[in-house]
Amino acid sequence: MLEDLFKTVTKRFNGDEPDPAVPMFKCPRCGTSTPQQKMAELGKICPNCEYHARLTAAERIAITADTDSFKELDANLCSADPLEFPGYAEKVTELQQKTGLNDAVVTGLCTIKGSRTVLIVMDSRFMMASMGSVVGEKITRAFEYAAENKLPVVAFTASGGARMQEGIISLMQMAKTSAAVQKHNEAGQLYITVLTDPTTGGVTASFASLGDIILAEPKVLIGFAGRRVIEGTIKQHLPDDFQLAEFQLEHGYVDMIVRRKKMRSTLSHLLKLHGYTAEPLKEEC
Amino acid sequence: MERTNTRSAWERQLLIRDKNRPTIRDYLPLVFEDFYELHGDRGVGDDGAILGGIGRLDGVPVTIIAEVKGRNIQENKASNFAMPHPEGYRKALRLVRQAEKFHRPVICFIDTPGAFCGIEAEQRGQGEAIARNLAEFMSLRTPVVSIVLGEGGSGGALALGVCDALAMLENALYSVISPRGAASILWKDASREQEACEVMRITAEDMVDFGIAEAIISESDTGVSNDLDKIAENLKEYLVKTISEKSEKDIDLLLKERYTKFRKIGVYTETHR
Ligand SMILES: [Zn+2]
Repeated sequence: MLEDLFKTVTKRFNGDEPDPAVPMFKCPRCGTSTPQQKMAELGKICPNCEYHARLTAAERIAITADTDSFKELDANLCSADPLEFPGYAEKVTELQQKTGLNDAVVTGLCTIKGSRTVLIVMDSRFMMASMGSVVGEKITRAFEYAAENKLPVVAFTASGGARMQEGIISLMQMAKTSAAVQKHNEAGQLYITVLTDPTTGGVTASFASLGDIILAEPKVLIGFAGRRVIEGTIKQHLPDDFQLAEFQLEHGYVDMIVRRKKMRSTLSHLLKLHGYTAEPLKEEC
Repeated sequence: MERTNTRSAWERQLLIRDKNRPTIRDYLPLVFEDFYELHGDRGVGDDGAILGGIGRLDGVPVTIIAEVKGRNIQENKASNFAMPHPEGYRKALRLVRQAEKFHRPVICFIDTPGAFCGIEAEQRGQGEAIARNLAEFMSLRTPVVSIVLGEGGSGGALALGVCDALAMLENALYSVISPRGAASILWKDASREQEACEVMRITAEDMVDFGIAEAIISESDTGVSNDLDKIAENLKEYLVKTISEKSEKDIDLLLKERYTKFRKIGVYTETHR
């Protein structure tokens, strides 16, 4: 405490105010500000509270899959606009340009320390990774592919829920993806979910909650209903740790909380424990 | 459907929110015989928002699952305004597995603003409970028919909506988000719910267009709303016909068709390079 105070005083004395030109990351859990540059060096983990911040799909694939092993599936799916919803088509185009993604999920084949697996990675930059037709279809195809080819699935989830702009069609993606998980389950294959920040709404209420093993990164938000919706219903403030990964572990909806640094080796061990031994990825044409 | 429903989505929204709109409690004695309500999820308790039980439909034993709306404050208190907790969905799952064991067809009645959003609901895994039902209903080896009676509110409705055939009462609505919610996202103004209602495409006709519902059940020939006897008669007629059709099918074929019914829903483009 005293030391902190001293630092603050010294800072003030030296005129060492944070430079507004340096982009900062403000931790949504503890409020600590860290320079973006420093956050990148730390693997996007808050140095104060260990909150595991959001990664792009490309970043996630890079730290999960063996080098050069990832082969994308169904890369050319783009959302149509079934409701002709005001502003939706423009929003999609804008985000495609901004993120270089077609939509909010990337699926593909890879090896993790040699074990072949189907990989699903959601990217929250794209409309909070809400689940519309493209997300639903790609995830469904990934599970069907894995069921047919006797492969495990590792899914890194992140989502704000349903894609409202696709109306009821978006809601039905919950049933469609859950059906595909069930098909993969009946094929006797392993499905590992990794819940990342934030996993909520319709994705929580469908394929994200159906893993044989459910992992989560520290301090990430996991829940069904939005915090503000609940606070509005009960008219009181919710505790800070409500719906965090640790809360879900305590209530029995997460098997393990795994730090990013340990994720790849944990996944590899779990895959091998289920008999998915290391083998070279088959060349496909 | 023989005649056209001229009501706008908003007019239907008002109609299904009307406290005089019949609820499952009204339909039960008119559609089924020998109904016995069965309670509890065998874990946490008994959720009044979801009713479950067994009875006969035209002599045939069936399992009935329904979201329960109340018509006064006591009834609504008991049924939590038809907003289920996880244990409600788990009660439903317990009873449909029982139905599968005894080769009874399952009939689900959907009528909810949505799954309940609260602390206990989160602690007891609302998301997991809904997800589990979606997956398990998909492989249930007995016919499942679902009917939206009034409000089909989001995931809370879909949790009873994985089925071989879905029918909508003609004024019923099915939506991913409440009109208020849609309006506040669209225009940052919840009061524009009336406009949102029309944009979202949530009517029975929309559901048939999208391939989500197979049938629209007529509510009355005169266009008068909430004609209980007439609606019950039409409901029963539809159910008897559909349950018998689905029961005659080979179960593996039925499951394949159920998978395909949901598998094909989605609108996207795919360019091949
Ligand atoms: Zn922090």
